[in-house]
Amino acid sequence: MTYTSQSVARLYFIAALGLFAGQILFGLIMGMQYLVGDFLFPLVPFNVARMVHTNLLIVWLLFGFMGAAYYLVPEESEQELHSPFLAKLLFWVFLVAGALTVVGYLSVPYATLAKITGNSLLPTMGREFLEQPTLTKLGIVVVALGFLYNIGMTILKGRKTAITLVLFVGLLGLALFFLFSFYNPDNLVKDKFFWWWVVHLWVEGVWELILGAILAFILIKVTGVDREVIEKWLYLIIAVTLITGIVGTGHHYYWIGTPEHWQWIGSIFSGLEPIPFFMLMVFAFNMVNKRRRQHPNEVASLWAVGTAVMAFLGAGVWGFLHTLSPVNFYTHGTQITAAHGHLAFYGAYVMVVLAIISYAMPILRGRTANGPRAQGLERRGFWMMAIAMIVITLALTGAGVMQVWLQRMGATPLGFMQTQDELRVFYWLREGAGLLFFVGLLAYFGSFLVKDEARVAV
Amino acid sequence: MKERFTVGMARNIFYGGGVFFFLVFVGLSFGTVRDLPKRDNSQNLTPQVAMGKKVWEENNCIGCHSLLGEGAYFAPELGNVYLRRGPDFIKSWIQSQPTEVAGRRQMPQFNLSEAELDAVVAFLKYTSGIDTANWPPNIEG
Ligand code: HEC
Ligand code: HEM
Ligand code: HEM
Ligand SMILES: [Fe+2]
Repeated sequence: MTYTSQSVARLYFIAALGLFAGQILFGLIMGMQYLVGDFLFPLVPFNVARMVHTNLLIVWLLFGFMGAAYYLVPEESEQELHSPFLAKLLFWVFLVAGALTVVGYLSVPYATLAKITGNSLLPTMGREFLEQPTLTKLGIVVVALGFLYNIGMTILKGRKTAITLVLFVGLLGLALFFLFSFYNPDNLVKDKFFWWWVVHLWVEGVWELILGAILAFILIKVTGVDREVIEKWLYLIIAVTLITGIVGTGHHYYWIGTPEHWQWIGSIFSGLEPIPFFMLMVFAFNMVNKRRRQHPNEVASLWAVGTAVMAFLGAGVWGFLHTLSPVNFYTHGTQITAAHGHLAFYGAYVMVVLAIISYAMPILRGRTANGPRAQGLERRGFWMMAIAMIVITLALTGAGVMQVWLQRMGATPLGFMQTQDELRVFYWLREGAGLLFFVGLLAYFGSFLVKDEARVAV
Repeated sequence: MKERFTVGMARNIFYGGGVFFFLVFVGLSFGTVRDLPKRDNSQNLTPQVAMGKKVWEENNCIGCHSLLGEGAYFAPELGNVYLRRGPDFIKSWIQSQPTEVAGRRQMPQFNLSEAELDAVVAFLKYTSGIDTANWPPNIEG
C-alpha cells in the first residue's frame, strides 16, 4: 500500500462481501419458492425475497465500486485521498441506510413501508430495482455526491491518468442517471421509457466505463505492460461501448407502447453491443500474454481474465441471443431474460469487484500476495462460482426455451402456471447449482482466513 | 500503425463518439415523447387510473408479475390480464388471496379497499389499451 488513506477501501470491500452472502441466501430462497410455491409464505413472500436479492446486489456492487475508487484513485493520482474521514463517514451512512431499508422490506408489508416513508409526497417506489423508499434514494444521492467530491478533489490535486478520468466519468454518469429514478409519471409508457435511462444506461453504458477502468488498473499492476498500450485499449473499448450502447437502449422499446421504428434502431445498435465486450476479452488475453513480469498474486490475474470472458458470454453472447426484435417478440419477459441477467451481472460486475478485491485485499492486509494455500482455496472458489453460474444460466435458458415453446408458440398455448409446472426439472437444476455457488462462496471466504506464509516479493 | 494511433486519438473518439450518440439518443427520445399519445392510451388516463398505478406500486405487484413483459417472472403477465380475465375476475381474485393450495405459488392478501380495487382494475384496463405492437404473441402473455 503506497498511500495510507487507501486503507478505507478495506471497509468497503468487507461490507460488499457480507452483503454478497445475503444476496445469495435470498436467491436460494426464491429458487426454492419456484419449486415449492408456499415455501416461507407468508413470512417472506417472493416479491420481498426478490427485492432483497436484487437490491443487495446493487448495493454491494456500489460498495465494491466505491472501494475500488478509494483504493486506486490515490495510487493513480500519487496523492493521499482528499478526505479519509468523509470516506469513512459516508461508509457508515450508506451501510446504515442500506440495512434499514432491507430491515424495512423484511419486517413490514411494502404498503406500510411506503406509507411510513412518505411515498405519496414523491412517489418513486414499486418499480423493479427501484423499490427503495424515496428517503433511501435521497440518501443514495447524498452519499454519491460526497463520494464524487472526495474522489474528484483527489484527482484534481494529483496526476491525471486515463484510468482515473474514465472511472470518474463512469461514476459521475452513474450518479446522474440515477436521478431519473425520481421521475415517475402516471403515464405508464413514459414511466417505463425513462426507467430504462437508469437501468440500461447503467449496465450497458456508464458502468462499463467503471468496469473498463478497474480492469485496466489491475492489468497494469499484474502484467507490467506499458500504460500507453493499456490506455489506448481502454479508450477504444469504452468508445465503442457508448457508440453502440446508448442508442442500443432501443432494444427495450419494442413492446411498451413506443413507436415501432425502435424495432430497427434497437436491433441494429444493440446487435453491435457485443463488440466492446469482445474487445475487452481480446484485450485481457493480450495483456496477460505480453506480461513483463510474473506478479505473485496469480489468482488476481485469473479473476481479471475471467471477468472479461464471463462478461463476454453473459452480456455479449446471451445478450445477442434475445436482442433482435423478431426474437425478443417471443422471449421478452421469460426465463431467457433471467438467464441473461444472471450471467451478465455476474460476469461483468460481480467478477470485476471480486477481481479488484483479490488484487487489493492482500496489499491492504500488508502483503503483496497471499500464500499458495490461500490462493489455491480462492482459485477453487473462483471455479465453483463460475461453473455454478454457467449451470444456472443454462438451466434458465432451457426453461426459457421451453416456456416460449409451450406458452407462446403453437395453436394451443398453455397458460402461464401450467407452463411453469413443465419447467420443474430446470428449476431443480438451478437450485442445485445455486447451492454449489454458495459452497464456492464459502470457499472464497475461507481463503481470507487461511494462515500461511504471505508472499512478499514483487 | 500502433505508433501513429495515439492515446489522444483514442480519447477523442471516446469523448466525441459518446457525446454525439448521446445527443442522437436525446433527439430520438424527444421524437418518441412527442409521438407517444398515438399509442400510449393517455386519453384514458383518468385520476382513477393514476390511483390504480399507485396501488400497483405501493404493493409491489411487479415483484412477482411482469407488466408489458418487464418485472418478475414468477407469476402471470398482467399487461393483458384485463382482456384475458375481465374486471370481475380480477377483483374477486385479489380479494380471495391467498389460495393456500399446498405447494402452489402464493399471492398475498393486500387488504385493499373497494376504491383501491376498482382503481387497480382501471389501471389494468388502461394498460391493456396501450398499443404494444401486438405483443404478447397470444392471450396467455
Ligand atoms: C408474492 C407474489 C405476488 C405478488 C406480490 C402479487 N401477485 Fe398476483 N399472482 C401471484 C401468483 C403466484 C399468481 C398465480 C396464482 C395461481 O394461479 O394460483 C397471481 C395471479 C394474479 C392474477 C390472475 C392472473 C391470471 O391470469 O389469472 C391477478 C389479476 C393478479 N395476480 C394481480 C395482482 C396484483 C394487482 C398485485 C399487486 C397488488 C399482485 N397480483 C401481486 C403472485 C403475486
Ligand atoms: C454487463 C452488461 C449487461 C447486464 C448487467 C445486463 C443485465 C440485464 C438485466 C438484469 C435485464 C433484465 C431487465 C429487466 O428486469 O427487465 C436485461 C435485459 C435485456 N438485456 Fe441485458 N445486460 C447487459 C448487457 C446486454 C447486452 C450487451 C445486450 C445485447 C447485446 C443485452 C440485451 C438485453 C435485452 C434484449 C434485454 C431485454 C430482455 C427482455 O425483453 O425481457 N444486454 N439485461
Ligand atoms: C452473484 C450471483 C447472482 C447474481 C449477480 C444475480 C442477479 C440477479 C438479477 C440481476 C436478477 C433480476 C433478473 C431479471 O430481472 O431478469 C435476479 C433475480 C433472481 N435470482 Fe439471482 N443472482 C445471483 C445468484 C442467484 C442464485 C444463486 C439464485 C438461486 C439459486 C438466484 C435466483 C434468482 C431468482 C429466483 C430471481 C427472480 C427471477 C424472477 O423474477 O422470477 N440468483 N438475480
Ligand atoms: Fe439493455
